[in-house]
Amino acid sequence: MSHEVYQQAIKDLAGREAGRLVAPTASARLDNPLCGDRIDLDVTVADGTVTGLGQVTRGCLLCKASATVAVEQATGLEVARAVALVEDVRAMLRQGASPPLAGLAAFEAVRPYKSRHECVLLPFKALAKALGSGLP
Amino acid sequence: MTIKTIRSAFPVLARAHFHYLDNAAMAQVPGQVINAVAAHDVAARANVHRGLHDLARRADAAYEAARESVAGFLSARPDEVVFTGGCTQALNLVAGGLAESLGPRDMVVVSVAEHHSNLLPWLMLAKRRGFQLASIPVTWDGRLDLSDLSMIDARCKVVAVTHVSNVTGAVSDIPRLAEAAHAVGAKLVVDGAQRTPHGPVDPRALGADFYAFAGHKTYGPTGVGVLWGRAEHLAHLPPAAWGGGMVAGLDGETVDFLDPPRRFEAGTPPVAQAVGLAAALDWMRGLDWDKVRLHEAGLTRQLLAGLAGLDGIELVGPNGLEDRLPVVSFTVKGCHPHDVAHLLGEHGVAVRGGAHCSQPLMKALGLHEGCLRVSMAPYNDDSDIHALLRGLAEAVRVLR
Repeated sequence: MSHEVYQQAIKDLAGREAGRLVAPTASARLDNPLCGDRIDLDVTVADGTVTGLGQVTRGCLLCKASATVAVEQATGLEVARAVALVEDVRAMLRQGASPPLAGLAAFEAVRPYKSRHECVLLPFKALAKALGSGLP
Repeated sequence: MTIKTIRSAFPVLARAHFHYLDNAAMAQVPGQVINAVAAHDVAARANVHRGLHDLARRADAAYEAARESVAGFLSARPDEVVFTGGCTQALNLVAGGLAESLGPRDMVVVSVAEHHSNLLPWLMLAKRRGFQLASIPVTWDGRLDLSDLSMIDARCKVVAVTHVSNVTGAVSDIPRLAEAAHAVGAKLVVDGAQRTPHGPVDPRALGADFYAFAGHKTYGPTGVGVLWGRAEHLAHLPPAAWGGGMVAGLDGETVDFLDPPRRFEAGTPPVAQAVGLAAALDWMRGLDWDKVRLHEAGLTRQLLAGLAGLDGIELVGPNGLEDRLPVVSFTVKGCHPHDVAHLLGEHGVAVRGGAHCSQPLMKALGLHEGCLRVSMAPYNDDSDIHALLRGLAEAVRVLR
């Protein structure tokens, strides 16, 4: 049985949930209708920069782990850069592009499993939605 | 016929380290079906009910012979059999037709256990036509709770329920629902998608007025399904789709529809797929279903016992064999169903994880993350159950 997708790094990430922010600038809730994954993501923004992120995720290990990377590593990015992450993560999964955040390297093992890409993408879609990009 | 013989009829099952337990989503096809579809396309590929040439005559004969085969499977008349693009389309066809005469004073009763294909058509039509929609609740083990059927009252014009739950395998008490529906003059629509893979069925004897099933779950091709309706009901059911091949005449705005079933088969029907479905049903009718059902029950018993021996398993649905078919769902404590299904797939075991297009049932049973579903067919054997249980233990070890 291949364990590469469920390597320890993924499990460690999935075990860390930031929780909700008390006074977010914006929030977004997104669902994956295929499996019922749901993320509630909060963000604070100041001077065009992401200054804080929180999330609570109900979902599979991949979605929870991806949410942790989004929250821990998108803080400090300019809003436009944070919004663009979803397309960068998509390119990493579908076209073999480099991971846009260091913590996403562990997710390169998910590439062959197209049906799981949405699990990894959902937190970054929520981030873009919260930041007002209007992405689904 | 032994299980080994049944298994050998399915070419895909010759794959090594392959354990197919996702039959409720899509059954595999026996060689007879593959050959029948190919032979039809070689010797009789033409549109039906239109042409006068040799291939057209052959296509007409093959298509109507397929209808007779389906009728035999359902103990019905051929003119009560409508070919559709699938079970969902069949349910939409009957819902669309029946809803034309429904309004704000009327009610349709469904159940919490419905697959979305027997819920969304009624829900959307209720919004459009203004009729009320009520749901029969489920018990703790996912069965239809028939303890109070008072909602099936004089306002109720249609009761639409599943014959067998696609999540729990629970068999609905169709005769009792038919009695309740008919007592108030309502019609009973039955979603038979999960029942027909487990042997021929007689919807008229059950008390159904309409019965739908899918080809791809019944060892046949994709893209074909069946709506059966009592002849007296089909005669009054308005068509819900319009196009070529369904009218006797069209003069200005005056339309003279053909008699059923052809008035419900607008456009080019799934001819080769119907021929393939007939081959599948003929193959099924050649099985000894008393023996097959015993075999399927034995696998279910073996699976339930094996799951009981694993830590953290919680069954979804009945925990026994009574009034259930070989569909078993469960959750694994601390493990998301998709993660488990993914790892089982790596182990060569095909199951389904998720909400199974049954979100109201998931909500009613508190399954916010869905569940894992193991669905068996006559060709499954002990090796499939052993591989599943081994894979589950390994998946849990990896994920926890």
